Amino acid sequence: MPDLSTTYLGLALRSPIVASPGPATRTVDSMAALEDAGVAAVVLPSLFEEQIEADEQALHDTLEAGTDMFAEALDYFPSMGDYDTGPDRYLAVVEQARARLGIPVIASLNGASMGGWIRYARLLQDAGADALELNLYEVHVDPQRTAADVEDSDIALMEAVATAVDIPVAAKLSPYYSAFASFAVRASQTPISGLVLFNRFYQPDLDLDTLDVVPSVELSSPWELRLPLRWIAVLRGQVACSLAATSGVHDGLDVAKALLVGADVAMTTSAVLHHGVAHPASMERELVAWMEDHEYVSVSQLRGSVRREAAVDPEAFERTDYRKTLSSWR
Amino acid sequence: MTRQICVDGNEAAALVAHRLSEVVAIYPITPASPMGELADAWSSAGRTNLWGSVPEVVEMQSEAGAAGALHGATQKGALATTFTASQGLLLMIPNMYKIAGELSPVVVHVAARSLATHALSIFGDHSDVMAARQTGWAMLCASSVQEAHDFALVAHAATLRSRVPFLHFFDGFRTSHEIDKISVLDDDDLTALIREDDVLAHRFRGLSPDRPVLRGTAQNPDVFFQAREAANLFHDAVPATVQEVMDELGARTGRHHRLVEYVGAPDAERVVVLMGSGVGAATEAVEALAGAGEKVGAIVVRLYRPFPTDAFLDALPDSVRSIAVLDRTKEPGAPAEPLCQDVTTTLARAASSGRVGSMPLVIGGRYGLSSKEFTPAMVKAVFDELSSTSPRSAFTVGIRDDVTGLSLDVDSSFTVPTRAVQAVFWGLGADGTVGANKASIKIIGEHTDQWAQGYFVYDSRKSGAVTTSHLRFGPEPIRSTYLIERADFVACHQWSFLTQPVDVLGTARQGATFLLNSPYRADEVWSHLPVEIQGQILDQDLDLWVIDAARVAREAGMANRINTVMQPCFFVLSGVLPRDEAVTAIKASIERNYGKRGRAIVEQNNAAVDAALEALERVEVPALAVGDTHRRPPVPPEAPDFVQRVTARMLAGEGDLLPVSALPVDGTFPTGTARWERRMIAAELPVWDPDICIDCGKCTISCPHTAIQMKVYEPSTVDGAPEGFLHKDFRSRDLPGHALTIQVAPDDCTGCGVCVDVCPAKSKEQANHKALNMAPADEIRADERPRYEFFRSIPYLDRDALPHDTIKGSQVLEPLFEFSGACAGCGETPYLHLLTQLFGDRMVVANATGCSSIYGGNLPTTPWSVNGDGRGPAWANSLFEDNAEFGLGLRLGNEVHRSEAERLVAELSERIGRDLADAILGAVQSGDGDVREQRARVAQLRERLDGATDRSGRRLFLLADELVRTSTWIVGGDGWAYDIGSGGLDHVLASGRDVNVLVLDTEVYSNTGGQASKSTARGAIAKFAAAGKDAPKKDLGATARHYGNVFVGQVAIGASEQQTIKTLLEADAWPGPSLVIAYSTCIAHGIDMSTSISHMKDAVRSGYWPLYRFHPGLEDAGHHPFQLDSRKPQIPLRAFTGTEARYGMLHRSDPERAEMLGALAQADVDERWRYYEQLAEVERSVPHAPGEVPEPAHDDTEQPDA
Repeated sequence: MPDLSTTYLGLALRSPIVASPGPATRTVDSMAALEDAGVAAVVLPSLFEEQIEADEQALHDTLEAGTDMFAEALDYFPSMGDYDTGPDRYLAVVEQARARLGIPVIASLNGASMGGWIRYARLLQDAGADALELNLYEVHVDPQRTAADVEDSDIALMEAVATAVDIPVAAKLSPYYSAFASFAVRASQTPISGLVLFNRFYQPDLDLDTLDVVPSVELSSPWELRLPLRWIAVLRGQVACSLAATSGVHDGLDVAKALLVGADVAMTTSAVLHHGVAHPASMERELVAWMEDHEYVSVSQLRGSVRREAAVDPEAFERTDYRKTLSSWR
Repeated sequence: MTRQICVDGNEAAALVAHRLSEVVAIYPITPASPMGELADAWSSAGRTNLWGSVPEVVEMQSEAGAAGALHGATQKGALATTFTASQGLLLMIPNMYKIAGELSPVVVHVAARSLATHALSIFGDHSDVMAARQTGWAMLCASSVQEAHDFALVAHAATLRSRVPFLHFFDGFRTSHEIDKISVLDDDDLTALIREDDVLAHRFRGLSPDRPVLRGTAQNPDVFFQAREAANLFHDAVPATVQEVMDELGARTGRHHRLVEYVGAPDAERVVVLMGSGVGAATEAVEALAGAGEKVGAIVVRLYRPFPTDAFLDALPDSVRSIAVLDRTKEPGAPAEPLCQDVTTTLARAASSGRVGSMPLVIGGRYGLSSKEFTPAMVKAVFDELSSTSPRSAFTVGIRDDVTGLSLDVDSSFTVPTRAVQAVFWGLGADGTVGANKASIKIIGEHTDQWAQGYFVYDSRKSGAVTTSHLRFGPEPIRSTYLIERADFVACHQWSFLTQPVDVLGTARQGATFLLNSPYRADEVWSHLPVEIQGQILDQDLDLWVIDAARVAREAGMANRINTVMQPCFFVLSGVLPRDEAVTAIKASIERNYGKRGRAIVEQNNAAVDAALEALERVEVPALAVGDTHRRPPVPPEAPDFVQRVTARMLAGEGDLLPVSALPVDGTFPTGTARWERRMIAAELPVWDPDICIDCGKCTISCPHTAIQMKVYEPSTVDGAPEGFLHKDFRSRDLPGHALTIQVAPDDCTGCGVCVDVCPAKSKEQANHKALNMAPADEIRADERPRYEFFRSIPYLDRDALPHDTIKGSQVLEPLFEFSGACAGCGETPYLHLLTQLFGDRMVVANATGCSSIYGGNLPTTPWSVNGDGRGPAWANSLFEDNAEFGLGLRLGNEVHRSEAERLVAELSERIGRDLADAILGAVQSGDGDVREQRARVAQLRERLDGATDRSGRRLFLLADELVRTSTWIVGGDGWAYDIGSGGLDHVLASGRDVNVLVLDTEVYSNTGGQASKSTARGAIAKFAAAGKDAPKKDLGATARHYGNVFVGQVAIGASEQQTIKTLLEADAWPGPSLVIAYSTCIAHGIDMSTSISHMKDAVRSGYWPLYRFHPGLEDAGHHPFQLDSRKPQIPLRAFTGTEARYGMLHRSDPERAEMLGALAQADVDERWRYYEQLAEVERSVPHAPGEVPEPAHDDTEQPDA
């Protein structure tokens, strides 16, 4: 039996398989089931500051609508003891998960303001999160905002949050930075402890009957792993921080690939959604079988062995699809 | 130390009642509903009574039901209470006799309110409690909020000691809704006065099989009378018992009360006698006059039944020569009103027995009906009358009676001195003004040594309503139980009010401060003010301040809520609190009020407070008025005479000044008056783009205010149209070569946005540009006015031009229900305007009390309208509980007249002409065209009978219109149909008569603020169901369907307009009873009301609201009466309920219970659908005699939901 242990964000993990944010990491019961299936850590769905504020505003607007207008109906709803706005319910899940699980509990945060990022990061730390993942989920549509502006602001954010809390912090990045390697190295030089590659943005769809734009969520496909594979291979050796592969990790062989290019952990959501919370156990069996078949004794031995500079054909990680296609044809 | 809080009278009473009860039976009725709501909320939150149990709060189906439950609970030995008012109290009277006859200790707390007579009124007077004075209950009257708190305890203690049930009452609105600073009775106070032995004795008397007794026997002439007298000693003992309790209360609290109290000069010669909130004004007047040396006084009656004759005589100074007894009720035909009769009898007996030396002069007057203002000046007028050489034995005060001359002249310049700061605020409903003022009262009352009082006046409209807040603060307790007459501070929170026909500055005293929310800066505002306002500012020497509160609020992220912007300005300008202290207190108040809703809300309000004072500017008032902006007249000059003389005065806030002669003697008013209001409340108006419009008519059929309408006409009609009048070719195979215009009524639209939301037509080039798009009203209103006037002048299409059973076909018909004051986006009103389009010129409407009777019939105006022939819906409201029966009565009247007319036609057929007579008698009037043909025949008949002098001829001439088929519609909400009127509705449906019932089902008592009804679905929260409703919704249609001969339809206009139209047409055509249950979105659902109509789609798609028609058939076999018109549920229930706050809030407050109820609610939906699918397979016919009823046509084609 090979040694599966690994280290991520300074946390010692029994295996490199981590459950990334999704329905299965929303409740303590399902996180416990994931732990039973062998995942080494769980990352909770993001606490969205913007969502919290929008939610509070919607509640307030509803409660105020029509109030003090008409003498017979000065309001329209009974006064409730608790409206459960704000982060309390999320924090309670973190707290309960921390109390119940033996594996690290990683909280995820998407802030809307610098103050919000820091305030909620501290609240999550206080609730018992072992680490924090910053979900840098933003679509930059303002043409006045340059790539440098975006990068500077993200770097400043990582510095501020990681300095404000004592627990390790990872940044989950989008693949759309124009000079990704440069930005990732810059990020790794901040006090953050790891990079998670990559964030998948929900892409809008159109309803052809109504012409409405409808948000559409698709589960990831295995081919999507190729993007993090490339960039982890490129970064491993250039950055000292932890690297996590996410998007398209569906089975044990995908985990093996992620580790080979240099990831410390591989994160999975869609496969768990598709196959159920017991699926990580089969992923682990596949990983172990592959490692045994290929005579790897440990994850640390395996990790990074096909990073770019260690690859037989390093340039393969740099080529574009066009050239690759031509060469395949040839 | 005694805790002091600021609460209103309802809360003051409920705070005691809830702690002293085990069973609370409730039912909503204004103005008592808040007491029940608080009791329910407290019990839901686990708050316990004095004995550590959570009181059981149960909502009943009516006040009669509540009284029955109360009776039962007290017979079981439980401590029971209820809260009610007005008609609700009337419904309790039968049980009140029983409860008193059985000497059962129980308390009913009443927020006293007018009884409906010539009109309903929600406001305060004593006509309800006076109607219960003969039941044998003790009646204790509180005249202030503190007394409502104290006397609640006195009533609960005294009923247990005396065994006589107590009716504790205080004035509706003036006390029930006035916020005052009071000292709170703590549990020790309650424990001290509620003797445990009395409680145990009551429990022991309760029915138990362990000590069986028989109660409620039937008695015979031999003993009934004696038994009735057997309880005399208990009633006789009540006054002493009440005084005993009052004394104990006084000893604990220092607040000493007497059964009858006297205030005024010790040597008074003239005295007024009264009870209730008027005592405050009377006391002020007496003290001012007595202080000036006048020998006057006031007798305040606290215990009214049993009438405390000894206490009354003891309180009356020997020096009194004349007495005026003031009754806040009217008893037509009586020698005097009740209190006056009691006083007269008491004095007469005392004089005859020698207890008083001579009988003083006693006169009686009515005042304050329906919360009519009662001021110190009116009290002085009463004293003046007593001083006159021949005082009138009966009078009224507070109105001008130019018919019977009973009213006293009032010198309005008489005011009493006050040390209080008096402030009046003008706000728009839901802009936060009232909420902020309530918060200000608490800040001052609970955090300073000052006394504080707040009273709020609301509009009768539910959209764009004006509110005024009257706040007093001062170093002495405030007893002024009337609106502020001389304000030190006036705030106008909405700029638009300045040009409206209301006198915003009418109450400002000389030199007062005027705070104005202005879009203009201090240096530019003057010229924008209407010249009337400028004149008042100059004449009154007002200190003018402005702030652009809308901007400050917007920048703080608060949309249109300007409350926390205006509030700090008030504090600083009024000087009630130092600036920093005020800001700190306001922020603490924001935390208290909004903290539970979230940090973002607190922070944005705090930001608004900080920004407000920076934006406040003083205006250097010029010496002269400038500009040509004027306050607009209440109605345009072309409005009819009655509207000019009467309606306009009410719209201008001058209804109090109308003399008696201006008002109809029997409550009959003209219809079609809402169109003259032109309220201009929309911030945005829809703009039509004819190039994109597809003529679907969804906008007009969905419009809750009938403010966007559609006309189809010959193209030449637009010759001479004003510039910018838009039209397009009308797409119709049935009617080629016509033009179409969709036109908004720019002054009547509320800007709710429903029309834009439902519009399906989008530009091919730009998807967010529809055939209707909202635009700022200020930019287009003036241009749209002449276009709308031109549009109104275009004749409606001939009613035969298009079939009525399509959206388009129905929408080209003239609506006879337009511009209601319902909530913006109301889900009920589209059904009503559609109804009038289909049947309006031959409709009689019986309307149950509720939202529809308020937006339909609350003065000043009504949306029910008339067509060019002067025909339109005839509308009447009887009560809440009897609407079905009332409607049946209307129908029966119609039927007897029609029968008589038919008999006379037959009798006079030779004279009329046999062909015409046969045609009239043989007419089948199932459709609109048939009806119009009959109307033409009747016109002919009339011509032939014109000038007839014989009895039959004259009678037929007058009755001839009855030969035209009338459509009787019985309209009401679910509170009526499912609950209080359920029995009557069932009976009327069983009658087989040709009546049509339309239930506007909002699934709550919308008009009283959203209390649960039996229509409320499982899992929804509502008032009286704060923990989420346990039981599933009642299937109202099931009861009706079981009869077999009742047409039943369930509709949702936003899900299928077509199915709604067909259902209404079939309901009307069915010659027996019809029931149409219409899903009506409501502000109480917690949805975005701009999508209120389209929101119905998901109600249908989820199976929450299946569409169906149950069409009784006369075939012998093979008829499937039940037809499902919507598809099998396509989305889970959660996808629908998740979008509504009424469901979502339970997920927040109690997620586990919400999940549990949600699963059951889904099961309800699944099971109902399974049942309905089976029903659709069932064959059933109506057994009938041959030729008994004609089979009307109906459409069997399925109507899938939209």
